[in-house]
Amino acid sequence: MTSDSGGTGTPMIRMAGVDKHFGELHVLRDIDLEVAPGQVVVVLGPSGSGKSTLCRTINRLEPVDNGVIEVDGKALPAEGKDLAKLRADVGMVFQSFNLFAHKTILENVTLAPIKVRRTGKADAEKRALELLERVGIANQRDKYPAQLSGGQQQRAAIARALAMRPKVMLFDEPTSALDPEMVNEVLDVMTGLAKEGMTMLVVTHEMGFARRAANRVIFMSDGEIVEDSTPDDFFSNPTSDRAKDFLGKILTH
Amino acid sequence: MGVIVEQFPLYVQGFLQTVRICILAAVGSLILGTILAAFRVSPVPPLRAVGAAWVTVFRNTPLAVVLFAVAFGLPELGINGSYFWFGVAGLTLYTAAFVCEAVRSGINSVSAGQAEAARAMGLTFSQSLSLIVLPQAFRTVVPPLGSVIIAMIKNSAIVGAFGVGGDLFAVGVQLTSAQGYAAAGVLTGVLLGYLILTIPAGIVLARLERKLAVAR
Repeated sequence: MTSDSGGTGTPMIRMAGVDKHFGELHVLRDIDLEVAPGQVVVVLGPSGSGKSTLCRTINRLEPVDNGVIEVDGKALPAEGKDLAKLRADVGMVFQSFNLFAHKTILENVTLAPIKVRRTGKADAEKRALELLERVGIANQRDKYPAQLSGGQQQRAAIARALAMRPKVMLFDEPTSALDPEMVNEVLDVMTGLAKEGMTMLVVTHEMGFARRAANRVIFMSDGEIVEDSTPDDFFSNPTSDRAKDFLGKILTH
Repeated sequence: MGVIVEQFPLYVQGFLQTVRICILAAVGSLILGTILAAFRVSPVPPLRAVGAAWVTVFRNTPLAVVLFAVAFGLPELGINGSYFWFGVAGLTLYTAAFVCEAVRSGINSVSAGQAEAARAMGLTFSQSLSLIVLPQAFRTVVPPLGSVIIAMIKNSAIVGAFGVGGDLFAVGVQLTSAQGYAAAGVLTGVLLGYLILTIPAGIVLARLERKLAVAR
């Protein structure tokens, strides 16, 4: 990876002793996690288990109370220019897409490369069209987000994140707001990214995606990482009662 | 009503003076109010405090008092100028507080996810505000901002009464008290002058609202 990686390989994401409260609620309890470059980690868990919060602390959309978070060996800086710089290297895809409502799809994808990376407009558009082509919506380039289906919007949001050439991609329940028939078109794009070696942390309820594309499954409950194993192990031999209970609930219907 | 015809050139002069005051104060208060709104949502506590203090002071002070404070206070601070500029300044400072609150309500109406996505991509706070949040905020803010500007046009009469002179309201005062015309006729002319400003302003705003709504 980078020249300052110290030989043995810096983890792309490192969290150590991370704690966070929302008022009285202890949402993250002493989280330790390392994600190696190229690894695809799926975070599972019941709602309220802290998995979305975990995802959002990695680019400091949620600040933490205690602990260390590093991305590619660099500690997250405080709010300001340095943090903006670090965030530019961390792609994020949201449950509710969050495409810029007043910009066309093409403008959504070119905005950050032009404004943050200072890429020329022509270059940014060329790259954006390649990405839109790749996620299968190049023909929607001049439409506004509200004119697209949810699945198309989420694919545009992935293209928008990729346009920054991120080192790591965070997915915060990317298919949870989609109609069922649109889930696969988004998961297919994500599976393709995983195969290409993108480092990914994916919070999701899609067990099929976890089995198919993940190297590693993390199971969270009550703000703690309860299990950390391969998808096969997790789904066939969950060790904790909480994971067994969770799997029992989602796999029986 | 004959006064309107007889004194038409004077009315026109007064009308143009009111237009000058209003254009300057509208531009000034829109810019200043937007900056104050940015202060009020900024992550920097001292800026938020400045914004909040401004709104508290100017929204709760009668315009006439603001104008007095500007006209008598600024010279004491060594800032001199004509009554025209003091009047424009007072109206601007005062109206900016209302513009600020209207714009802030628009900022709050933009979903938090928009600013989050902008920040997550590496945009700075000011980039995310100016490129993503404010352009969307202004769409929802056109109707309340329109009311603020129309109120400002009417408030310009207080600036005139206060001694800037030469504006529409001052013309009315001059014609009735100095030249002895009957009040009803004079004031009808004055009223027409204000309506010529406020009614088209309302129509332009309604158009603007429809146009922005389509682009959403």
